[in-house]
Amino acid sequence: MSFATCLLCRECGTTYPMEALYSCEVCFGPLGVAYDLEAARGVVTHQSIADGPNSIWRYKDLLPDPGAGPVDLGAGWTPLRRASRLGEVLGVDELWLKDDTRNPTGSFKDRVVSVALSSARRLGFTTAACASTGNLATSVAAHAAFIGWPSVTIIPADLEKSKIAMTAIFGGTVLGVEGNYDDVNRLCVELVAEHPDWAFANVNLRSYYAEGSKTLAFEIAEQLGWRTPDQVVVPVASGSQFTKIAKGFAEFIELGLVQGSSPVLFGAQATGCSPVATAFAGGADFITPQRPNTIARSLAIGNPADGPYVLDELRRGGGDCGSVPDEEILECIGLLAQTEGVFAETAGGVTIASLRQMLRRGTINPHQSIVAIISGHGLKTLDAVVDTAVVTSTIKPSLQEAEEALRSHQLVAAS
Amino acid sequence: MSVTVRLPSQLRSLVGGAGEVPVEAATVREAIVAVDEAYPGIAFRVLDDHGALRRFVNIFVADEDVRFLEGLDTVLEPGQTVSLVPAVAGG
Repeated sequence: MSFATCLLCRECGTTYPMEALYSCEVCFGPLGVAYDLEAARGVVTHQSIADGPNSIWRYKDLLPDPGAGPVDLGAGWTPLRRASRLGEVLGVDELWLKDDTRNPTGSFKDRVVSVALSSARRLGFTTAACASTGNLATSVAAHAAFIGWPSVTIIPADLEKSKIAMTAIFGGTVLGVEGNYDDVNRLCVELVAEHPDWAFANVNLRSYYAEGSKTLAFEIAEQLGWRTPDQVVVPVASGSQFTKIAKGFAEFIELGLVQGSSPVLFGAQATGCSPVATAFAGGADFITPQRPNTIARSLAIGNPADGPYVLDELRRGGGDCGSVPDEEILECIGLLAQTEGVFAETAGGVTIASLRQMLRRGTINPHQSIVAIISGHGLKTLDAVVDTAVVTSTIKPSLQEAEEALRSHQLVAAS
Repeated sequence: MSVTVRLPSQLRSLVGGAGEVPVEAATVREAIVAVDEAYPGIAFRVLDDHGALRRFVNIFVADEDVRFLEGLDTVLEPGQTVSLVPAVAGG
């Protein structure tokens, strides 16, 4: 059973019942889900979790109530990979990758959508919707198809072709907006007022949706043998994933399920959309919006709603936030692929390049354990690499041409 | 001059359910004050103790975030719409 009790304003503490509310009626602050962790202590155990399914729903006690049953396409329980070869290149003793490319639609968004649509179904909604930079739209469309719901996904019209195709294939309505994600987001906030019967995963269902990201922390701790890592590097778009990873570790610690203390969390942004990194470096406690211009489209949110909370957590925990140019993002997609056999989308390149940047400036300790979140699959952003990831040589089907090409690329010794 | 203020669902109960309120105002701040005079309580919800925009409220004029313009001092043109939108974002 879920130990969730109510919705709670993160700004002013006003509480609300577990309904489709997303911002505080008093101060517009975002609402989070509160749990009765006292009651959960001793009931939620290593064994009770291990007895659950190999998906995020093994943590159902610490997620919002899914009603008659979760919308479970199999999100979560992705591999935590020991990245020894990449660690050696970066000079890190203990590096792990949380490989969320391995979700049903290829990104961590399946975690949040599974929770959001489960709550939506419990609350009586019958249409799924979202504002998205791409990955969320794909996941919403897939999960809606899975339960036979119509979907309306709203994205910037100029997104990567692969993300548009991966969304449209599920048969829902896909609206391409002439504008950036922040324009899409604003439109959806206005649309939800006109269509209160639509479940916008990240607008009116946002409180529930965000809880899904806690499962990244739960899984990392469980997969490390019920201990917390020392440091975690998290890509930052709206900042929701970052803040909920912190919440997940805090809940496990409070329940006595893990050894160790809260890890230090580090953010990762592209320089072309770095409102959090900029505010952190400048000592500000508020976010100045930016106009995104980066190949890391899934992180291109210029006005991140959870940005102030990311700043709070970065300062509380002693973290830092990377800001990396597009060339380094591409370079690190290649570095990750060539050292670990993991093909990440541009956000993964942002994470690895930011990790390297923060190691170089000494804010991440190479002698303590590090987990890097790889949030989405490289097939989603093929556009970013098709010009550089190309055939080595084009030849006729002749042994002679093959041998010549291999010699010229020094794969066989020159004769 | 006449402008229109669009309200999010959370504020509509304060104005009797309407999504839009016509007011006379020359700046964004004046528009908020004008709505508040007609329907007391709106300004408290949108502005903090110091009269600044609350951090989880966005205001758009002609589809532009006023934080990119002159903030609450952004000058309005006749017939423009001022949209109050809670800050939420996904990805």
